Amino acid sequence: MTTSSARTPAPPAASTASGPSAAAEPDVDLSVDLGGVTLANPIVTASGTFGSGREIDQFFDVGRLGAVVAKSITREPRQGLPTPRMVETSGGMLNAIGLQNSGIEAWLAEDLPWLRERGIPAIVSLAGNTVDDFRVLAERLRDVEGILAVEANISCPNVEDRGMVFACRTDPTREAVRAVAGTLSVPVLAKLTPDVTDITAIAAAAREAGASGVSLINTLLGMAIDPETGRPRLGGVTGGLSGPAIKPVAVRAVHQVHQALPDLPIVGMGGVTTTTDVVEMIRAGASAVAVGTATFGNPMATLEVLEGLRAWLAERGIERVADLRGTVRLPG
Amino acid sequence: MSSNVTPRGSEPKAHGREEGPLRAHCEVLGVKPSGSFWSLTLVAPAMAERARPGQFITLAVDVGGATLRRPFSIASVSQQGPRAGTLEIVFSGVGQGTHWLAGRSKHDVLDVVGPLGRGFPLPNRQVPALLVGGGYGAAPMLYLARTLVARGHRVDIVLGARTAEQIWNTVEAKRVASSATFTTDDGSLGTPGRVTDVLDDVAARAGTEVVYGCGPMPMLAGVSRWAAAMGLPSQMAVEEAMACGTGVCMTCVVPVRRKGERRNVRACVEGPVLNGARVDWDAVRSPAMAQRELDEEAG
Ligand SMILES: Cc1cc2nc3c(=O)[nH]c(=O)nc-3n(C[C@H](O)[C@H](O)[C@H](O)COP(=O)(O)OP(=O)(O)OC[C@H]3O[C@@H](n4cnc5c(N)ncnc54)[C@H](O)[C@@H]3O)c2cc1C
Ligand SMILES: Cc1cc2nc3c(=O)[nH]c(=O)nc-3n(C[C@H](O)[C@H](O)[C@H](O)COP(=O)(O)O)c2cc1C
Ligand code: FES
Repeated sequence: MTTSSARTPAPPAASTASGPSAAAEPDVDLSVDLGGVTLANPIVTASGTFGSGREIDQFFDVGRLGAVVAKSITREPRQGLPTPRMVETSGGMLNAIGLQNSGIEAWLAEDLPWLRERGIPAIVSLAGNTVDDFRVLAERLRDVEGILAVEANISCPNVEDRGMVFACRTDPTREAVRAVAGTLSVPVLAKLTPDVTDITAIAAAAREAGASGVSLINTLLGMAIDPETGRPRLGGVTGGLSGPAIKPVAVRAVHQVHQALPDLPIVGMGGVTTTTDVVEMIRAGASAVAVGTATFGNPMATLEVLEGLRAWLAERGIERVADLRGTVRLPG
Repeated sequence: MSSNVTPRGSEPKAHGREEGPLRAHCEVLGVKPSGSFWSLTLVAPAMAERARPGQFITLAVDVGGATLRRPFSIASVSQQGPRAGTLEIVFSGVGQGTHWLAGRSKHDVLDVVGPLGRGFPLPNRQVPALLVGGGYGAAPMLYLARTLVARGHRVDIVLGARTAEQIWNTVEAKRVASSATFTTDDGSLGTPGRVTDVLDDVAARAGTEVVYGCGPMPMLAGVSRWAAAMGLPSQMAVEEAMACGTGVCMTCVVPVRRKGERRNVRACVEGPVLNGARVDWDAVRSPAMAQRELDEEAG
């Protein structure tokens, strides 16, 4: 059982007294800085778990979120991996989508105009398998208006490095980040994989190459096998683990990077489902917090943690969410 | 929407719209065994009003370690009478989540999202329709049957399963349709064999002009191929593992041919009802397909 509010039936209406009620609350300043741009609040979406926002906008006005981080896009359309693409695991899930997307041109033609029309702060996520892919994608975005920031999903296999993930080593990290940050004037966030020995070294390399911040963490590589048939449960054999099961890994990664590079903005993510998960991430050092898999269990999850965070801060008399950042109290 | 808290058993007005999915906390009216399946009825007036045959809902389940919702086809909705404003699902207990749902009782509150997906398109003319259901796929087929009969169609039903007890509601099938034919792998009810074995006869007798299906993927593949060979249009409600059910995760894709190209479309928004002639059944890799292959390997 997770602590997700999605799992728990709503209490009777009378108990809303303890819930958020905008009118009765003192003002809380939820704005945060993300490497030169200001978000109205720290709650954003994790790439690949929210489309570009349109589907979830059926449930609530997604313009209320700090930003929508869109599904990673590539130079050309991709059909992705064969099904099954998902297996539920204890406290989370494995996915092997293979970056199915319609390509950057379709995204610019169909999704960005909607985000712009609605005035929703948009963070574009770029994915590629060569440094050149990243450069070409960034060049295509250079004169495009209405983009708040770019996330470089460098947790992808680099075909020029025997399929090794860019963000597993410092040199490929630098090259891929430079290809994007050197081309664009908007802030660039490097999205890192936790499957490394020292994530602080990778974050430092990303920053040297011009990243304004880092997004931590992408999924952890995992696998599940059907005990009877002996076959992998995913069409792609291995896949990314996400959800509450990975939250401690994410909190650790955010903490380590924040301790090593205190000025570097961090978008913290990995299993965030409840308001207190958000608080934990911010205390560890996250500037903003992305909600991913929790949206699958509850399409309202992002909005609920945003309202929950406001109430949590108000109840404790904390006036600025930015003041909570990095407030982990270490022993000694 | 200003509050994350929905009062017990009530549904919010969705973001000012009259259609599309809602998320609500719905009271359970009852859970009861129904043959070898379970029938669960929810008080969900706004969802019941929006629902169409072929659409589905997703339910949050409170079982250890589960973070994802469970999808179920809508089996019926009631707009009038003592059960007005209710919505029913029919399911088999196969794992933790469905067993937990089977253990709910009246007045419990469930976290529900729906109605989701594209339902069965209804013909413009009153043509005879052949409806084919496998296992619990019979439930949405009977919902469609009632809808078509109310619109003046002739409806013929074929239901199949491995064994007699896995065929849901033969009584209702016989009551609603002009003809109801049953098949079982083991011959314990109706014609021994698979649904595709009887389709020629039923269609000839009924003058079938359109085919609908819901059930395991291998069955849908067989029915679609048969319909294509007969030159009949077919609409199939497919089933793929779904993480979100709302169109944002890309896990539920089914390969479809469009304009000569193969594209992976999302079963939860572009489906679950897809044009049977367009689905590239040979490329479908659902667990049920894999199981059928294993069974056939084993002889
Ligand atoms: C669109 C759609 C409509 C469905 N309609 C019905 C229905 O009307 N009646 C019914 O009995 N079942 C239906 N199913 C299947 C039903 O969702 C699964 O049986 C159920 O999720 C199993 O949950 P569990 O926790 O009991 O099983 P577990 O095996 O413990 O489930 C573990 C995980 O696997 C997924 N899963 C397991 N079996 C299936 C399956 N066959 N299809 C998709 N995901 C699966 C679950 O959602 C969960 O994430 C439908 C599935 C889909 C996609
Ligand atoms: C189905 C799915 C698809 C994802 N697709 C992407 C993607 O396209 N690009 C990316 O950078 N991260 C992707 N991710 C990773 C998430 O953005 C996030 O980093 C990770 O899931 C951890 O957060 P969570 O536990 O809250 O989901 C995906 C995750 C899931 C579950
Ligand atoms: S289940 Fe997520 S896109 Fe269909």
